[in-house]
Amino acid sequence: MTKTFDVGAAPHLANQRSVTRVMGLVLLALVPGVFATVVFFGPGVIFQIVLAAAFALGFEAMMLKLRRRPLRPFLTDLSAPLTAVLFALCLPSLAPWWLAAIGMFAAIVIGKHLYGGLGYNLFNPAMVGYVVVLICFPRELTHWLPPAGLESQLGTPGFLDSAAAIITGHLPAPWNWDALAQATPLDTVRELSNRGETMAEIRGNPLFGDFGGRGWEWIANFYALGGLFLFWKKIIPWQTPVATLGSVVLVTVPFWLYDGDINPFPLQHVFSGALVLAAFFIVTDPVSGCTTPRGRLIFGAGVGLLTLSIRRWGAYPDGVAFAVLLMNCAAPWIDLHTRPRIYGEMPPP
Amino acid sequence: MSATAALRLHRFHGGLSLERNKSQATASTIQPCPLPEVLRVPLLQHAGNAAMACVDVGDRVRCGQRIAIATGLGADVHAPADGTIIAIVAAIPDVPDHAQAPHVHLRCASEQGPPIRQPSLDPWNEDVAVLHARIRDAGLVGLGGAGFPTAEKISPRCDVLILNGAECEPYIACDDALLRERANEVVLGGRLLARLIGAQSILLAIEDAMPAALAACAAAISEIAANDIALVAVPTIYPEGGERQLIEVLTGKQVPRGGLPRDIGVLVQNVATAAAAWRAVSLGEMLTTRIVTVTGRGVARPGNFEVAFGTPISHLIAQAGGYTDLAARLLLGGPMMGNALPHDDIPLGKIDNCVLVLGSEDLRETGIEMPCIRCGDCADVCPAKLQPQQLLWHARSGDIDRSASDGVFDCIECGCCDLACPSQILLTQHFRETKTAIRIHQRRDAIAVAAGERHARRAQRLQRESDEKALRDAERAKTITSTDAVTAALERAKARRQQARDEQP
Repeated sequence: MTKTFDVGAAPHLANQRSVTRVMGLVLLALVPGVFATVVFFGPGVIFQIVLAAAFALGFEAMMLKLRRRPLRPFLTDLSAPLTAVLFALCLPSLAPWWLAAIGMFAAIVIGKHLYGGLGYNLFNPAMVGYVVVLICFPRELTHWLPPAGLESQLGTPGFLDSAAAIITGHLPAPWNWDALAQATPLDTVRELSNRGETMAEIRGNPLFGDFGGRGWEWIANFYALGGLFLFWKKIIPWQTPVATLGSVVLVTVPFWLYDGDINPFPLQHVFSGALVLAAFFIVTDPVSGCTTPRGRLIFGAGVGLLTLSIRRWGAYPDGVAFAVLLMNCAAPWIDLHTRPRIYGEMPPP
Repeated sequence: MSATAALRLHRFHGGLSLERNKSQATASTIQPCPLPEVLRVPLLQHAGNAAMACVDVGDRVRCGQRIAIATGLGADVHAPADGTIIAIVAAIPDVPDHAQAPHVHLRCASEQGPPIRQPSLDPWNEDVAVLHARIRDAGLVGLGGAGFPTAEKISPRCDVLILNGAECEPYIACDDALLRERANEVVLGGRLLARLIGAQSILLAIEDAMPAALAACAAAISEIAANDIALVAVPTIYPEGGERQLIEVLTGKQVPRGGLPRDIGVLVQNVATAAAAWRAVSLGEMLTTRIVTVTGRGVARPGNFEVAFGTPISHLIAQAGGYTDLAARLLLGGPMMGNALPHDDIPLGKIDNCVLVLGSEDLRETGIEMPCIRCGDCADVCPAKLQPQQLLWHARSGDIDRSASDGVFDCIECGCCDLACPSQILLTQHFRETKTAIRIHQRRDAIAVAAGERHARRAQRLQRESDEKALRDAERAKTITSTDAVTAALERAKARRQQARDEQP
């Protein structure tokens, strides 16, 4: 008696990995950074994350519906919430709610789905969203609270005050933007050094901590902690973060050695702005970045160098987002020209 | 393991640590599989061309008698039992290639006599050419899976002989059983093959997760005092037993892309091939059986069986206690590279090392494929150092030139990338399809080029003919200058006609 069976292609064994697990671990790795942000800038960032995630999932569902794709696998892959969290972490914690709406529209609808959805987007969606709101609403993007401990008489806004500020766009008493809005450390460096102050004088400003901005440097440390966790879990490769941060340090060291008065200490560059967040969580986005080992080194170094250039010569205080988008354009080409040697392939003469 | 050699091992790129699942089959010793009523012996049990049957329906044959002759690259096929040829038929459709070649159906006699054997040869003093001929006559092919005819493979000289006992694919345990129980044959066979190819060193590579096999081989080596054989425990990483991977681990050298191991002076033979070579020479035994692992949660009593070629899988499964309720997929080979079979009415041949019946919980889900996120996990595990994520991109965009230059033909189809892919993409299957598409394309190109050349040659010929004709006409025009010539020719013609008429009675 002959028994029949269903057939299938080799290999036949079950696979334990999934996109949801990858994205989930990245989200988990962001928890320490979010925690540090809450400590220094109040609970507003939690609202930003929830808002952005809600908009992201909404737009994702809408686009999947329009593109006639199955909803379930793509809504549960956690890629849209990850985009939302990375975007929210770039916003001032009390930014008005509609920034999240506009940012997520740009990120999910334009940056992601118009390019073909998950896996096909040329640009990092979170950075697309951030750059759109940065260019369209520069004023709102400068409304940074002073980090905790800087103006102790006020403290950071509480839960309800933060919610009210985000929904109404107005700060509840006794805060008000004109008195409060803080230049970020990077703005300060740029402005004061343009006025001819030395680095030592600039760093005397209470905005600065040990290396970067007060508060900012701690948040960066916690992002780095999450990044190391991802490295340990083999979710991110070592090449991209090392190349991004390494290129910044390598290029700034000679300048700082040459004249430490006008050129910032290398670690100040690293621990200011969004560089550490970017190095571990944004430059490492596999879809929009490079995928070959050498390509990742070039991609990371490119982001680091472009960031420095924009910080030094550009019109914006921090250039990470622009640097990432510019390198995104180059990534497919870099990949084509950095293929590793295949087994048994002779080195080129 | 004192007998294992202190050889500096290297690493190959990528690979996976897989659950081995081998102990089920090695719980008991190798069992003989009783003959079925009818053996259906495939005539293509090897790489190359199918052998040509040299018996007729109705012939009585004896075990070990040749029933088919190799044609071109190939190997002879011998009757695995005494009996009567009842049919010579073609092709079973929908099954792996070798089952589609003609088969000889042999009704086994109820009384089996002793098999036909060739005279024993002295492996250490007999002329190498005679030993070589014996290996050819015995129908030996590589028993590791590719089935390359052994006599062809051992013809060039090589400095290093590697005996491959790194049975890296999960579940398969036939080499493990052979090494545990017949280590002497493997060691002696290795020495014999080394003599045939003039190898200076012999490396017997066994995975470090096979301690019983290692111990048996160490004992065999010391018993035979085969100091020329180095026993090497290699790390247990799939696909350690891949020819190119094993060579890199043992020698630190890579086989050139598109080349063969012999290009770097290495020959790899499976341990079962070495044992079969030993039996062919020392006992004069033809290759008519092999050890087959029958295992998986879909089989009641897993084990290793000595199986006559032509035995249907259904018969072998019955010897292993039949199927369990969990049986969901029938595989010929291991879970990583094996072929799924649509049914079990298929005979086994020389290259079939394992019959694996998996349960549905072992199998991967299908239809949950997500888009590639280019994470590169596949590249991290690829033993061929390919970038599967890039190859997938080229494959999907139909870019066959890039597929080829980025190494789709270097893919050994080990399946590691599939297991590493978070998007559950069937990468290996994509690459198999790309290879087929490129081959078809190349064939079509070759036909087009040939047609083009044919056309060019014809055009050239026509041109030449018309040129020659023009030349001839010109010559003639030169010689025939006056009307006299025409009149003279007419006269001649008239005269001939007259003459013809005159001659008629």
